[in-house]
Amino acid sequence: MTHDKEKLVEMYTKMLEIRFFEEKVYELYGQNLVPGTIHLYAGEEAVAVGVCSALSREDYIVSTHRGHGHCIAKGADLKKTMAEILGKKTGYCKGKGGSMHIADFNIGMLGATAVVGAGVPIASGAGLSIKLRGTDQVCACFFGDGASNQGTFHEGINLAATWALPVLFVCENNLYAMGTRQSQVMLIENVAERASAYGIPGVTVDGNDVLAVYEVAEEAVKRARVGKGPTLIECKTYRHKGHSRVDPATYRPKEEVAEWLKKDPIIRFREQLFKMHVLTEEEAKEIESKVTVAINAAVKFALESPYPEPEEALEDVYA
Amino acid sequence: MKEIAYRDALREALREEMRRDQTVFLLGEDIGRFWGGAFKVTNGLAEEFGDERVRDTPISESTIIGAAVGAAITGMRPVAEIMFGDLTALAMDQIANQAAKIRYMFGGQAKAPMVIRTPFGGGVNIASHHSQSLEAWFMHVPGLYVAVPSTPYDAKGLLKTAIRGDNPVFFCEHKLLYPLKGMIPEEEYTLPFGKADVKREGKDVTVFATMFMVHQALTAAERLSRENISVEVIDPRTLVPLDKAALLASVKKTGRIVIVSEDCKTAGVSAEIAAIVAEEAIDYLDAPIKRVAEPDTPIPFSPPLEKFVIPDENRIIKAVKEIV
Repeated sequence: MTHDKEKLVEMYTKMLEIRFFEEKVYELYGQNLVPGTIHLYAGEEAVAVGVCSALSREDYIVSTHRGHGHCIAKGADLKKTMAEILGKKTGYCKGKGGSMHIADFNIGMLGATAVVGAGVPIASGAGLSIKLRGTDQVCACFFGDGASNQGTFHEGINLAATWALPVLFVCENNLYAMGTRQSQVMLIENVAERASAYGIPGVTVDGNDVLAVYEVAEEAVKRARVGKGPTLIECKTYRHKGHSRVDPATYRPKEEVAEWLKKDPIIRFREQLFKMHVLTEEEAKEIESKVTVAINAAVKFALESPYPEPEEALEDVYA
Repeated sequence: MKEIAYRDALREALREEMRRDQTVFLLGEDIGRFWGGAFKVTNGLAEEFGDERVRDTPISESTIIGAAVGAAITGMRPVAEIMFGDLTALAMDQIANQAAKIRYMFGGQAKAPMVIRTPFGGGVNIASHHSQSLEAWFMHVPGLYVAVPSTPYDAKGLLKTAIRGDNPVFFCEHKLLYPLKGMIPEEEYTLPFGKADVKREGKDVTVFATMFMVHQALTAAERLSRENISVEVIDPRTLVPLDKAALLASVKKTGRIVIVSEDCKTAGVSAEIAAIVAEEAIDYLDAPIKRVAEPDTPIPFSPPLEKFVIPDENRIIKAVKEIV
């Protein structure tokens, strides 16, 4: 392990932020304070944090409908994120986007698209832009196993491969596309195998092991920055809740859920950090209370923020 | 002034903007040095600007537009070519859900300065998958501008404006117009969006038309003038934004309107224009609104069949005579 203590603690803190944030969102939803629906990232924290820890602030990410975790991992402001989810004027998108469409262009978060697979060509385009502008940025594109069956996945990766664009295609394989099990809709077990069809590296990694994800991402970033093109990274993971708030996820066998809960990425990382003597129990508790305070502040900010004026619906259609 | 063909005027706009601004680049199928674009609009540009800025893409329409979106929101000004307008159906999510909405959904944080160029229109016997006029699809998506140039002068001036603007522009071209010649200034110029052009002044009836239909309308107007019917031909040049003021002013002057559009009548361009006139100028009308559009069929192949469905000067003349 070459990681310094500060970085490891930061990664752990980010994962915890995502988990506590999502728990709050779930709770607020139950109190009817979140309009629409929500797609929680709880359980998949190691993917967003592992990948984003290998990126710099100037690098880009493209996100999905299950995007809260990507935002937080890339460094988004918790208050503005929560306010957006609650439909408030102070949110990242002034209440126009909501849970499925958060963006923060100041930190390279190019936004979440709620059309499954649509982000893939957009990420390739961001990669093309990087190449044409001659910077050493990279773009990480998050999507699920379901998206890997969309035409845009194949088209977009083929383009990035052919033009050697600096993109990380990060498949969060949580085994289910909504309620459809992966094995019902593809014969291969590992989405990463598809990389060979485009002549690029494909890596399958334990998506609940943040350090494993980080190492794979770091290698892919290195390749991308020197013009060697994209990598397809498949992170095997599991969502703790259903697809969306209304989904009790009864299609998942109880044993399977129990097994994956045992592999909780946050508990695993914490134990790892204890073993590595990076963190003491006491320090872990301090981090927990610090994160709790930050999340509570975000909730307070969001709840106290005003809704947009109705007429604001007419703004921002054109530049 | 100099005489130039529509396709060459488009190429001049691309060349001038690429020389002026390094962030402008082109992508599309067969637009590069080996083919120069299916209709030769980009011919020679790869030689001048290199393969990096004139990029031949795989046959992946959705990704051509998606890549343009990604590049546009990160500081570039892509001009994407879709070889035939019909094929925009393959890229519809990227056009309608991504490019058009990316600014709004993110509360104004993003801008997507990009142009999608594509040829519409029939008349060359290539049947249902290469002949449609689908402007109305794109008028129906807030966040897009829709340009419909009918002359070399309009084509060049509008394309330059499209490239310089900060919004996604759906730039319609017409297959039959590519070889059409017209006069343009020697010096540089641009044309504003949302500013209609009165292609012919008249006092008895307004004929609203776009792209190839403008020329059909002008021919019809010339023939009608011999029968002492004075036709005013209004070309909006952009359907979004639409110069409503010019449309309504003309209708108020003539008291009659024939709307000509090379697309299906149901929920088409002509339906929207008719609705605007009915809503905002009905008291000025001395006769019912007339529409000359395609019947609600796909575009057929065989010449007599195709000729039957596409509006022409004779149908325009007939419609005018029904209301004057």
